[in-house]
Amino acid sequence: MAALKVVRSGSRLLNGFQSLLNNPRKVTCGVAATVTKHPRWYCVSHLSVQERIERKRKAALSGGGQQRIEAQHRRGKLTARERVELLLDPDSFVEYDMFVEHRCSDFGMEADHNKYPGDSVVTGQGRINGRLVYVFSQDFTVFGGSLSGAHAQKICKIMDQAMMVGAPVIGLNDSGGARIQEGVESLAGYADIFLRNVMASGVIPQISLIMGPCAGGAVYSPALTDFTFMVKDTSYLFITGPDVVKSVTNEDVTQEELGGAKTHTAVSGVAHKAFENDIDALLNLREFFNFLPLSNKDSAPITECHDPSDRLVPGLDTVVPLETTKAYDMLDIIHGIADEREFFEIMPNYAKNIVVGFARMNGRTVGIVGNQPKVASGCLDINSSVKGARFVRFCDAFNIPIITFVDVPGFLPGTAQEYGGIIRHGAKLLFAFAEATVPKITVITRKAYGGAYDVMSSKHLRGDVNYAWPSAEVAVMGAKGAVQIIFRGKENQAEAEAEYVEKFANPFPAAVRGFVDDIIQPSMTRKRICRDLEVLASKKQANPWKKHANIPL
Amino acid sequence: MASHRVTPALQRVLFTWQHVAWKSRCCAVASHAKYSTVYDPAEKVHVKMADEAVCVGPAPTNKSYLNMDAILEAARQTGAQAVHPGYGFLSENKEFARRLAAHGVTFIGPDTHAIQAMGDKIESKLIAKKAKVNTIPGFDGVVKDAEEAVRIAGEIGYPVMIKASAGGGGKGMRIAWNDEETREGFRFSSQEAASSFGDDRLLIEKFIDNPRHIEIQVLADKHGNALWLNERECSIQRRNQKVVEEAPSTFLDPETRCAMGEQAVSLAKAVQYSSAGTVEFLVDSKKNFYFLEMNTRLQVEHPITECITGLDLVQQMIRVAKGYPLQHRQADIPINGWAIESRVYAEDPYKSFGLPSIGRLSQYQEPVNIPAVRVDSGIQEGSDISIYYDPMISKLVTYGSTRAEALQRMEEALDNYVIRGVTHNIPLLREIITHPRFVSGDISTKFLQEVYPEGFKGHQLSDSERWELLATAVALFVAAQLRSQRFLGNLRVSSSQQEQRRWELSVELEKGVHAVTVSRSGSTYAVDLDGKRVDVSSEWNLASALLPVTVNGTQRTVQCLSRSASGEIDLQYLGTSYKLRVLSKLAAALNKHMPEKVPEDTSSILRSPMPGSVVAVSVKAGDTVAEGQEICVIEAMKMQNSMTAAKTAKVKSVHCNAGDTVGEGDLLVELE
Repeated sequence: MAALKVVRSGSRLLNGFQSLLNNPRKVTCGVAATVTKHPRWYCVSHLSVQERIERKRKAALSGGGQQRIEAQHRRGKLTARERVELLLDPDSFVEYDMFVEHRCSDFGMEADHNKYPGDSVVTGQGRINGRLVYVFSQDFTVFGGSLSGAHAQKICKIMDQAMMVGAPVIGLNDSGGARIQEGVESLAGYADIFLRNVMASGVIPQISLIMGPCAGGAVYSPALTDFTFMVKDTSYLFITGPDVVKSVTNEDVTQEELGGAKTHTAVSGVAHKAFENDIDALLNLREFFNFLPLSNKDSAPITECHDPSDRLVPGLDTVVPLETTKAYDMLDIIHGIADEREFFEIMPNYAKNIVVGFARMNGRTVGIVGNQPKVASGCLDINSSVKGARFVRFCDAFNIPIITFVDVPGFLPGTAQEYGGIIRHGAKLLFAFAEATVPKITVITRKAYGGAYDVMSSKHLRGDVNYAWPSAEVAVMGAKGAVQIIFRGKENQAEAEAEYVEKFANPFPAAVRGFVDDIIQPSMTRKRICRDLEVLASKKQANPWKKHANIPL
Repeated sequence: MASHRVTPALQRVLFTWQHVAWKSRCCAVASHAKYSTVYDPAEKVHVKMADEAVCVGPAPTNKSYLNMDAILEAARQTGAQAVHPGYGFLSENKEFARRLAAHGVTFIGPDTHAIQAMGDKIESKLIAKKAKVNTIPGFDGVVKDAEEAVRIAGEIGYPVMIKASAGGGGKGMRIAWNDEETREGFRFSSQEAASSFGDDRLLIEKFIDNPRHIEIQVLADKHGNALWLNERECSIQRRNQKVVEEAPSTFLDPETRCAMGEQAVSLAKAVQYSSAGTVEFLVDSKKNFYFLEMNTRLQVEHPITECITGLDLVQQMIRVAKGYPLQHRQADIPINGWAIESRVYAEDPYKSFGLPSIGRLSQYQEPVNIPAVRVDSGIQEGSDISIYYDPMISKLVTYGSTRAEALQRMEEALDNYVIRGVTHNIPLLREIITHPRFVSGDISTKFLQEVYPEGFKGHQLSDSERWELLATAVALFVAAQLRSQRFLGNLRVSSSQQEQRRWELSVELEKGVHAVTVSRSGSTYAVDLDGKRVDVSSEWNLASALLPVTVNGTQRTVQCLSRSASGEIDLQYLGTSYKLRVLSKLAAALNKHMPEKVPEDTSSILRSPMPGSVVAVSVKAGDTVAEGQEICVIEAMKMQNSMTAAKTAKVKSVHCNAGDTVGEGDLLVELE
């Protein structure tokens, strides 16, 4: 086997050499006999190897050629290499497998003009703000970025190394799909990547940025990664395209409607955020990367911070309206407490009744989860539970403390929710908060009603520090509903309601039982959280040994 | 301060105004009186400073601050012996004063008959004439309908001014140059008068073109003594509402000042005025002055008079209300230095010099650390600016021994004023106070229209200012980039990677793209910009809203309004905010491939330019409208705005009804 390989590579060397002399696109297959006939060729070829390396490198750098590069630009997209260059620190990219070529010999693919050094993907490692990252960037100019066995092998190689050294992997997806000419080898390639996605999950952060088409089985790699970002107008994600949809379900749908950035960030929840264009996306990805630890063995990064950790936020004292029925924007609170009002929101357009995202507190990355009273009163439903659960699990996997702001009237009632399985999906959020062992700080800003109170990182789910604002109301339900049940049929409902409000619509019932650790002035929230995070930085907590937990999927 | 003279009878004073919360508090404390206040649930700032506070109900104002019953009840609850009504709301309401008197509560202000006499524009002018005060020619008449308005206008001769009899300031005031405009003015003014004052009587008089608005502050007691406390020039106005005021005026000579002061005092005496009041005059270019009206209350702009005279007007009002005689004689009233007041509004100055904007003050920081700066406001960080009140954020007053010094301080104060979350008029204020015409004192009530005939467009950068701004943005970008590479206690950052010393960047401002190189040494950034060398140095605190920078030796305070990962930087520089984008050389080169996103065609859709309520919709689907034709009327902050069609077209659909509340940017009407 090994001998055979040597011969093969030898003959390929020769091919290349002859191509120097003849028309490079019309080379006949060389044989070993030619070499023995002219012993001097060895030293000649030695000289030429340098040149051939240069030629191959040049060819690799120009991908599918000038014409295709221009076509890519005309579509408003950058090339695979331009993207890598923008994403990484200047001169930090170290490329792997530039000389890898596909191995397909069917359908004329073996022809030399069908071979591109590096094939349809650029892989390697580099730095983002000085921190290590592995990157693959699919090259749409080479066979439409389709995935060959070699292409998959290149991706697997960097993923394996990323796991060994503990560094995130960023995939820049721009691929037409499987390399059909390669058949099952292409499918095997996908599976190899999927397996690594799964193995790497929870070990190193994995981020996908969809910058072009990504269809068919290919979509499952981004789906397995921690974050999927998209570029507006130029990227699509779907299992089958509009033509197949038409033939199967007779639905008329455009690419954009079926799998564009808007669909996936607002309707399906497949993608976590969308950006205006390639440059915008890549620059934002650099910013996003700064929030993440390199692996599950590293702590969340701490950056230099100019915002005083003991800053009071007077605006928070008036943010919660006096009337309990009136909405306010949870983002006002989050911006108020975060370093420099900076908040990288995840899924800002999906399940807007819960807000999740990253911020820093005194330079330290934190994950923030908050009910959004502005949307559907901040109730928990299927989508918001799943959105929250996935985010909490990411934070827990990667040592990112979780800060939870609670203003939740309960779970959303109704047949749609019950039939959709709100019980199962709501349990995910409960599960995620309960199993998390990272520092957990909770602030009840107003309502914390019913089971939703328990779910939202309550003291009972091992919350480390739980605060209530003076406006907090922790109870089984709101006054009106409660009175209707407790005093059913009684005449003086208004009086009963007043009594209930007096007893329960305040933080005391929870505070006297120690279910909240303190009642704090809202303006002090930032100061308190920063102090707690410092204390909790050395928190050690472990769950019982298990092969893995069985989250209600 | 005559605190020891306050008798126990005036221990509690109820202040029903917001903007001078702090001021009222100081006064009340100085007078050993308890300070009580009223509030509505939406805003609570001045409440904090009060000894006690009573809720008078939620906005809109006719249910809260204009609700006499609620305020009378508040007075009863707090046991107040006196009520200071502030300005606006109930300050000039004779009915309120009468009802207070009936409850045995002192109204801190003039007697009801003076309010009545001066509150009525027609009667006030008759009295003024009798008191030998110069009045505007051609003045007369209560107006019953549009045709009568046209007839009166014809008798007086155009141009004429139409306004509400009951209203103060410029509210409900319109100028007509012909019969058609008179009819329109009548319609608008009477509507506005009705909604603001509950009294739709109107007044038509000769309009004096290009005048200055100069007013005399008077102070009178209940013993027949009256003083004039010099003038305030309030000529800088938009839509007849004051924007920038100063005291004294650059225009008056001592003789004119004295003549105006004496006429003002004689008018005050003629109505047995007691308390502080203001006599407004129009002054033409030949220093002829005409009586306009008398405001029988404290004016918004009273602080500048306090600055130059050293008198505390609120305290004087309380003294007078208590029945004490004035402490000063006319000869004791000085003009010390110069004071300027800018009215900081939650308004978009790019839309007709200021259309109301609303929002939550996400960040708010007053420039009170600068010496000789006074800020009277009723809000704080976190306050909501709602559509229910006047959009005034604060009165910013600066004082100097000379006008130049006061102006210099105003410039500095405006640069250091942090307001985020609502659009504000600081760009306009800063442009006004630095405009050569204003600086030289060459102003009139037409100032804004004359200086900005095309509307206000923000500060126009000179070449050197442009370089300064570009260099500042680039230096800020580099500082932020460098910081994002600094991780604390992270051992996994490459040790071989050196901190970048030289940066090749590209910066974009107003479609102009410039290639720049930056090199940093310590806190100084040498920026090479189109062959010009600009040195920027700053100890950047990237968390601070205010960035003090030294650019080529000039010290400035720049505000960073926002900074995005994709290189967008919004800077407030010389008052105006500029959108810049800084990219690496590589990103800038690749930027040309990025697709242009097509913005929505706005000519066929009409969106609300501000939050407010729809008063009237004049079209329905299927109607054909001409360009400029009125489509609907939006009322916001007690002001009616006519929305017109941007092109001649058929109405496709109407998305609002009279009575609806709309937000900024809400779709009102679609055209085909």
